[in-house]
Amino acid sequence: MSATLLVLAVFLACAVEAVEALTVVLATGLVRGWPSALAGVGSALAVLAGIVVIFGPAIGRIPIDALRLVIGTLLLVFGLQWLRKAILRASGHKPLHDETAIYERQVSAARTAGRSGRAFVTDWYAFTLAFKAVLLEGLEVAFIVVTFGANQGHVALACLGAALAIILVAVVGVLLREPLARVPENTMKFAVGILLTSFGTFWAGEGAGADWPGADRALLVLIPGFLLVSLLFVTLLRRRPPRAAPDPEPKPAEVTS
Amino acid sequence: MRFLRFWSDFLIGDDWTIALGVVLAVAVTALLAVAEVAAWWLPPIAVIALLGRSLLSDTRTRGRDPVE
Repeated sequence: MSATLLVLAVFLACAVEAVEALTVVLATGLVRGWPSALAGVGSALAVLAGIVVIFGPAIGRIPIDALRLVIGTLLLVFGLQWLRKAILRASGHKPLHDETAIYERQVSAARTAGRSGRAFVTDWYAFTLAFKAVLLEGLEVAFIVVTFGANQGHVALACLGAALAIILVAVVGVLLREPLARVPENTMKFAVGILLTSFGTFWAGEGAGADWPGADRALLVLIPGFLLVSLLFVTLLRRRPPRAAPDPEPKPAEVTS
Repeated sequence: MRFLRFWSDFLIGDDWTIALGVVLAVAVTALLAVAEVAAWWLPPIAVIALLGRSLLSDTRTRGRDPVE
């Protein structure tokens, strides 16, 4: 049960981040040319792989109770930020993530930027934009892969979930050559927020010495419980007058959740 | 400095009270567990309370502020 949820959580989180990174990479590659953009993607993926390879096994050597306490607490803080933003989006208090609008702004910015080369890179703007997009979006995935994998003792399984999502998003993106605006990104972020918060609560509690009734099966209560409470928050906040605000101007890459 | 700012934004986000509340809740859970008092109920309640407080505070602040 935990292994299935582990792969599901990592897959969803990774798919969401991959869709966001794809938007920036596509805009950069199609406007500025692919060699420098792909060099940026490759460099960022190499850095991310290094982070997982170094920190995955290292974290796995920490005693399990201490690991669950620290990682569970971090994951809970991290997951609550995702869930909070997802609830604000679902209730109309924060603009929904719009890949098409972000793509158009990135294309416009890429068309006007100057062109200069450094070292082996012919277009430094395209390289850094693609590098930052993949690295910053990927860091969230690396964090989830390392923490989930180490806590459950399944780093390889977590990597599998992440790899499946990246391959799926990349293949669809290459075939369509446009941002994946029809992916239910906001719903997926909501689901990831629920899963991160539930696992974080479980591990932090266990690491602090609490005995969960039913052990791992407590997750089967925590997940639907947090989902219900979150939907209740959405309903309550929809009654408050929302404030229409445009998506902020795109940064070279946005660490959004 | 930018490095610390990045990691602070990355892990803590834009509401630091959630991070503080989670740390306090986990600490109290640990104290209860050491005292051999059932503590499993505390983290879920703390999560719901912290989330509710943060959402309420955010939508209140946003309601007053005309520009994001």
